[in-house]
Amino acid sequence: MAFDTSPQAGTSHPVDTADIAIIGAGPAGMAAAIVARRHGASVVLLDEQAAAGGQIYRGITTAPAERLDVLGADYGAGASLVAAFAACGARHITGAAVWQVTAERQVHYLNEGGVRSLRADRVLLCTGAMERPFPIPGWTLPGVLTAGAAQILLKGSGVAPTRPVVLAGCGPLLYLLGWQYVRAGVPIAAIVDTTDGADYRRAIRHAGGALAGWRYLKKGLSLMAALKQAKVPFYKGATELHVLGKEQATGLGFVSGGTLRMVDSPLVLLHQGVVPNTQFSWSLRAKHQWDEAQLCWSPVTDAWGELDVPGIFVAGDSGGIGGARVAALQGELAGLAAVTQNGKLTAAIRNNLAAPLRAEMREHLFIRPFLDALYRPKKANRIPADDTVVCRCEEVTAGDIRGYVGLGCSGPNQAKSFGRCGMGPCQGRQCGLTVTELIADKRGVSPEEIGYFRIRPPIKPITLGELAREA
Amino acid sequence: MNNINSNTSDVIVIGGGLVGSAVSYGLARQGARVTLLDEGDQAFRASRGNFGLVWVQGKGYGMTSYARWTRLSAGLWPQLAQALLDDTGVDVHLQQPGGFCFTFSDEEMEERRHRMQSIQDELGGDYPFEMLDRQDVIARVPALGPAVTGASYTPMDGHTNPLKLLRALHAANLKRGVNYISGQSAKNVSTQARAGASLFTVEGRWQAPRVVLAAGLGNRALAEALGLHAPVVPNRGQVLVGERTARFLDYPTLNVRQTDEGTIQLGDSMEEVGFNDNVTTDVLASIAQRGVRTFPVLAGLRLVRAWGALRVMSPDGFPIYQESPKYPGAFVTTCHSGVTLAAAHALRVAPWINGASRPNEIGAFQGDRFLNPNYRPAHAH
Amino acid sequence: MPTDSLFQPLAQAGAHTAKTVTVTFNGEPLQVPAGSSVAAALLAAGVKRFRNSPVSGVARAPYCMMGVCFECLLEIDGEPNRQSCLVALEAGMSIRTQDGMRDLLAESHDPATALTQTMEAPHGV
Repeated sequence: MAFDTSPQAGTSHPVDTADIAIIGAGPAGMAAAIVARRHGASVVLLDEQAAAGGQIYRGITTAPAERLDVLGADYGAGASLVAAFAACGARHITGAAVWQVTAERQVHYLNEGGVRSLRADRVLLCTGAMERPFPIPGWTLPGVLTAGAAQILLKGSGVAPTRPVVLAGCGPLLYLLGWQYVRAGVPIAAIVDTTDGADYRRAIRHAGGALAGWRYLKKGLSLMAALKQAKVPFYKGATELHVLGKEQATGLGFVSGGTLRMVDSPLVLLHQGVVPNTQFSWSLRAKHQWDEAQLCWSPVTDAWGELDVPGIFVAGDSGGIGGARVAALQGELAGLAAVTQNGKLTAAIRNNLAAPLRAEMREHLFIRPFLDALYRPKKANRIPADDTVVCRCEEVTAGDIRGYVGLGCSGPNQAKSFGRCGMGPCQGRQCGLTVTELIADKRGVSPEEIGYFRIRPPIKPITLGELAREA
Repeated sequence: MNNINSNTSDVIVIGGGLVGSAVSYGLARQGARVTLLDEGDQAFRASRGNFGLVWVQGKGYGMTSYARWTRLSAGLWPQLAQALLDDTGVDVHLQQPGGFCFTFSDEEMEERRHRMQSIQDELGGDYPFEMLDRQDVIARVPALGPAVTGASYTPMDGHTNPLKLLRALHAANLKRGVNYISGQSAKNVSTQARAGASLFTVEGRWQAPRVVLAAGLGNRALAEALGLHAPVVPNRGQVLVGERTARFLDYPTLNVRQTDEGTIQLGDSMEEVGFNDNVTTDVLASIAQRGVRTFPVLAGLRLVRAWGALRVMSPDGFPIYQESPKYPGAFVTTCHSGVTLAAAHALRVAPWINGASRPNEIGAFQGDRFLNPNYRPAHAH
Repeated sequence: MPTDSLFQPLAQAGAHTAKTVTVTFNGEPLQVPAGSSVAAALLAAGVKRFRNSPVSGVARAPYCMMGVCFECLLEIDGEPNRQSCLVALEAGMSIRTQDGMRDLLAESHDPATALTQTMEAPHGV
């Protein structure tokens, strides 16, 4: 790969170039790097973390045996992918905060206290997923974290709750965490599951897919069986979730089985699925569509993951939720397409190599419609009542936003300018979906019609002094 | 649904940005029945990208009418702010402590002094300003960096919260019964003669004897059909927004200001790039560089957001206010200082549209001036 | 580690419970587990409030632990508003809760440029 030391016009630091720049060291990014290297492309992979693995395989390179045992076989399986990535010859830049990717495929990032940029022929966005916002009363109190956060503590540092913890919401990750806690001997005060009869009836329509994805189904059922065997208190069909406490969490209130219940705990872990991390694709003004099954925005791509912005691809959960194995396969497909565009493969060979990958991907996607239906997050937990904070950064409530609509705001960007929701440091990551759905609901139109926040760089914080050095 | 809207309006205002909202508000305060048509959420909307300055100094160099018009508006601003507070309870945080334009060399200082002096002379001395050197500035702006050699200061300058202003105008319009239609783009305006006057029909649905084009960049196309000339083009400005900090700057300055909420804004550029409101690293970096040169304490400031917005720019940079000679009752109102001129729009332009005599200051701003091949203005910038 | 800490390193989960480092937290020495992010270490050492919201002053603490919520902001070695879940812990770090907005003039350490605050820092919890 070239490391051209001649100064860029107007800058004093050398220009770095590569055939392929990959953002994100999760399964999609790693798999893409491996494939691209196999076909002779120069690859730079940038990731925020100190080690590869993304979120799902976080900490895997340093996990001791006891932790692997607690976390389970699926986690352990990531080790071989990480090892293959480490051996493939890609340049892995750790601790890199990418703050801008341009349509001209210039990648700007911060690393080791310096501003750097990289020009690539092709860019692969593999930024994965993040927890869906869970705007219920009290969700901003200290002591409330996401199930994903709890997993990061467990995977990254072997850190777990000290006292009985409440897990609330729905979705496989919630039950997986519960199962991991049981194995680690962490006491669980309750699992408060919002899944109800209506969800099962909706999901049963996709039973065929569920049976076709029977390995996933089997895993899920054995998880639930283990939780039952450990006698973890389980509440089903929970509604009216609200975190108790004034200055910090003291427990969770909810209705289940027709009764108002309260479970005491200073730690409440929330989860209702994960959603694509689309900050980069939106900032590129790529076309996105509203996915009504997954209740989120996904970037519109061709069969290889290429956006309507030429030369920029999306692979993995950041293009739509499919899970770790699907992410790796999509990474391979995008990698193949990128090296073909670079002239290292013919289209014919690319298609041949892709065929078995697509076949395998289909198999892993059978379970999706069933899971999406069964664990569809409840409307009340996506579009909250007036008093509930929607924008955590600027403390804007659902009622405030409904008020802006009443004043004539037709969409999220007008609402943003009226009330600052989405203008805080998280740049709409924690409130964007809620705002889109809330306005759609209030106006009686589809989220597709409403659109999303206009996302601009810096995608990650950069200081004025750092940016000045780019001049 | 194609029936003519039976709601009888006196005026239709096309465009719900700062100019259109301010004009509507002024009209509503005069008792006129107003229909305000506004586009949807993804529109270009110059008004969303606004620095918030209520700025007088330096404007109108080479076009004295503009200096006068700007001064007039700044003087009327407290009245607008109070009216909005009374009508809506929204405080737009108008502050007029005076403002600074910094210089970084003796040459710049001299250039600035010359400009300010010329305007003062043109206005017969009625234009207070001071040229200050470092020591004088530092007393009022303690965070000043060593690269700044001095500044021009006038007590006439100030700033406001432009987003609260827009929100307040919206709320005030609704309160005063303005018929606000959002998500409506207006491409078709037709005219009929009716009893010696005109009747304007917009998109085949809304009718009124008066229509005001306040559609920003959209005015260019709309103007021709109404016998008006508004050759406006986009001019991009990029702005950086930093995190909230404890107050470090008490005065607005031309390129850096601290908002009432504590966030710090740095701008801005002037680029002719067509209808492109994206941000670019090179421009943002130079804005950052100038910011750090001016206030070295800002080097560690974390940037939360950057945006670009398209100003509505006439060929000489000055506003266009005109009633159509061919179709009396049709007006165009456009400028690129929608915040500074909001007071004049609400309190002087609106009464004119409603039938009062045209303010003296704006006779120089007819759109027809651009049809005169001999017109050679000093450009506003 | 304080007994009312929400989190702790777990031997069953492969944590080296004996390995700790000392940092300064709000001016006082604090023993925290080694080998993780600053946020994880502080949570495991019993810290429950990381900052006050600059909007209303209410207490906030980590939520996502992966850098997308910006709740874990702390002042680390003099630099304010750092996402502590993305900062690797080092022995001897000076860590402070992010109470209120940062104060640029105070940071510049120049007494001649100190300015009377016209915006009060929000009251803490």
